[in-house]
Amino acid sequence: MGIVRTENLIYEYIRRDEEGNVEGITTAVDRVSLDIAPGEFIAVLGHNGSGKSTLAKHINAILNPTEGTVWVDGMDTSREESVWDIRRTAGMVFQNPDNQIIGQVVEEDVGFGPENMGVPTREIWERVEESLKAVGMYEYRKYSPNKLSGGQKQRVSIAGVLAMHPKCIVLDEPTAMLDPRGRREVIRAVRALNQVEEITVILITHYMEEIVHADRVFVMEGGRVALEGTPREIFSQVEKLKSLRLDVPQVTLLAHELRRRGIDLPEGILTGQELADALCAIV
Amino acid sequence: MLRDITIGQYYQTESPVHRLDPRVKIGGTLLYIISLFLFSGFAGYIAAAVFLAVVIRLSHVPFRFMVKGMKAILFLLLITVGFNLFLTPGTELISFWKLSITREGAEMAVTMAVRLTLLIIGSSVMTLTTTPNNLTDGMEKMMKPLRIFHVPAHEVAMIMSIALRFIPILLEETDKIMKAQLARGADFDSGNLLQRARSMVPILVPLFISAFRRANDLAMAMEARCYRGGEGRTKMKPLIYQRRDRIGYLCILGYLVIGVTLSRIW
Amino acid sequence: MAIIFDHVNHVYGGDTPLAVKALDDICLQIQDGQFVGIIGHTGSGKSTLVQHMNGLLKATSGHIYFNGEDIYDRDYSLKKLRSKVGLVFQYPEHQLFEVDVFSDVCFGPQNLGYDKKEAELKAFEALRKVGLPSELYYQSPFELSGGQKRRAAIAGVLAMEPEVLILDEPTAGLDPRGRAEILDQIKGLQTDTGMTILLVSHSMEDVAEYVDRIVVMNKGRILYDDCPKEIFARYRELEEIGLAAPQVTYILHELQNRGFQVDMNATTIEEAAETVADAVRMRKKR
Repeated sequence: MGIVRTENLIYEYIRRDEEGNVEGITTAVDRVSLDIAPGEFIAVLGHNGSGKSTLAKHINAILNPTEGTVWVDGMDTSREESVWDIRRTAGMVFQNPDNQIIGQVVEEDVGFGPENMGVPTREIWERVEESLKAVGMYEYRKYSPNKLSGGQKQRVSIAGVLAMHPKCIVLDEPTAMLDPRGRREVIRAVRALNQVEEITVILITHYMEEIVHADRVFVMEGGRVALEGTPREIFSQVEKLKSLRLDVPQVTLLAHELRRRGIDLPEGILTGQELADALCAIV
Repeated sequence: MLRDITIGQYYQTESPVHRLDPRVKIGGTLLYIISLFLFSGFAGYIAAAVFLAVVIRLSHVPFRFMVKGMKAILFLLLITVGFNLFLTPGTELISFWKLSITREGAEMAVTMAVRLTLLIIGSSVMTLTTTPNNLTDGMEKMMKPLRIFHVPAHEVAMIMSIALRFIPILLEETDKIMKAQLARGADFDSGNLLQRARSMVPILVPLFISAFRRANDLAMAMEARCYRGGEGRTKMKPLIYQRRDRIGYLCILGYLVIGVTLSRIW
Repeated sequence: MAIIFDHVNHVYGGDTPLAVKALDDICLQIQDGQFVGIIGHTGSGKSTLVQHMNGLLKATSGHIYFNGEDIYDRDYSLKKLRSKVGLVFQYPEHQLFEVDVFSDVCFGPQNLGYDKKEAELKAFEALRKVGLPSELYYQSPFELSGGQKRRAAIAGVLAMEPEVLILDEPTAGLDPRGRAEILDQIKGLQTDTGMTILLVSHSMEDVAEYVDRIVVMNKGRILYDDCPKEIFARYRELEEIGLAAPQVTYILHELQNRGFQVDMNATTIEEAAETVADAVRMRKKR
């Protein structure tokens, strides 16, 4: 059984007007079934309002399903008594770097999770050190978070989750508020966690270039999984992606345009290198 | 650049006073303040002044930083001195117009001035040598026994440290909102008091909304990291008394004994 | 000639040893009706630069002229300048405060002294320009979606009828759909009204298709100031300062190295597809 599994997950919330009368019901997540194997790098792609963040919050037991079930490492998230075990198994990194750092010094923030879990002092220090090193922020351990760049703050947040020794990390649009440099830093750190520490990663994003390295991609639209597959399979469906108005990488778009102009290229080209190779093979 | 401001008035340097456990400094300051009101007679105050001078010397904080705190209460100090000087009944020393200064009044005024000055400088030593973070930790630990009276020591400390982290962020945000409204032609400097108060609405509404949004996000982030109050929590940097802290306590005790003895004799 | 910067410097932190030179000897001219992209990564000084244009920040030294007048002249009205040079901040929706969208947009013109009726007319016009559906005008701004909020906030500045519109990272935090919609709207605004528009961004790809001039900032200085094609040709230098040219530029270089005769001036996908297709046909004939 997978590390994260959902079965027919439905999440509905009731919209109310100013007087508190029910205006209607919105289904944010609609019959989603996933099975994620340990060590996988999963990307969830979609627009704001596609339900991807709502889905993420279920994995950390911040939200509970209206219908269906979510299991994290075999534990049912709707069972009150396993909430804390679930939260230490599946850590969560949020979008706004400023609103998730609690400590006034980097190392104290990273120690916050282990402190809450009751880890002995000596071990907290060990965990803080290894986590900060894993995201490349060890030199900054004595800094105030306010003096760091956005990308650095997000890496501190990741270290904060890492120090809880989770099996899985869910990142909810961790790069949405960063500049390109910060985005690269964060994605590099996330890939390292997956490859070196073998932690399952669920990366929620709307940036296409960030999903290229994923093992599997889920594209969400209107609360449902609209597309599923490897990045290459996803990127071969240029028309479909365009209709969802998702950003397709320029190489893929170019290859698509060339195909339309009668040049016989394979589907799902992801890098400039691949495109050049394919073109050389033709002529 | 607003983010660079320091909250509180911590003076960054290395000194034996800086290294002391915050509990020693908090406890010491409290005892010192009490001693100022216990002592009667000048000998006691001389002891208090000497003790403070030694501590300041040890703290490596320039004296002008100590005096900074005085400026804020200078007015209060003058009023207190004035009231005591002119309004205490007793043997008349000098009198002019409708005012008269009595012997008792003069003594009282001097005593009050000395007391207040020592009190302010004394507490400045604590805030200048202890980071706000450390102060919070110290208070939390000292208030812990009060739990039986349902005093939420951990929660209060947590609130304080979160406030300390977010004050610079919110200040920066205020600056940003203010600029944005200025760019929309807002005017914060002219008009009468009421108009000026009303002109703050376009700043305050977005600021409050932002603060609530941040609070909501932060609460979720804290829960996601298994925060569930003070129960069962361990500390990354627990406060443990060292040899120097015991020496610190002994020094304070020594000062109290000497002070009390002196003020009895003279 | 709309805006002129003449050797402008800005130093944060005054005489202290911590002083930071945020703007370093900036000379810049923005002509009427231009669509200019100002590119640089966080901390390059691009936001500081634009905050000088409407007098929110004051230069430590140097002069700034707007329509031929020195904005630092004693009798020059900064309030008037701010109505002529509209500045939309990053995350402008965070400044919404009124009970409904319409009143919020009226805030600007009312501050400029227009009476209620005139202000409402201007607000209506501005809301129409940003393409916000009219059924949202009387909703609370806090109930709108992310992209709608941003439109409402941009309308709040447009309602002052500025001659120059500066947008600081107008697409930050939006999803690709929202990003494309906002940029299309801004482009439309520029073609319809001929307004001078400055787009501050850290993303070359966002800006490439829209602007006719790019100013690259780095460490408080202007590094390049040219048309997009010329700027992207320097993609190696751009990389050194943490910026990147659009992906197309890289692909074309890769193909050129492999002996395809492609036109390096192409910056959009369409242009690139055209030239690559031609190059492939030529190679096939040989």
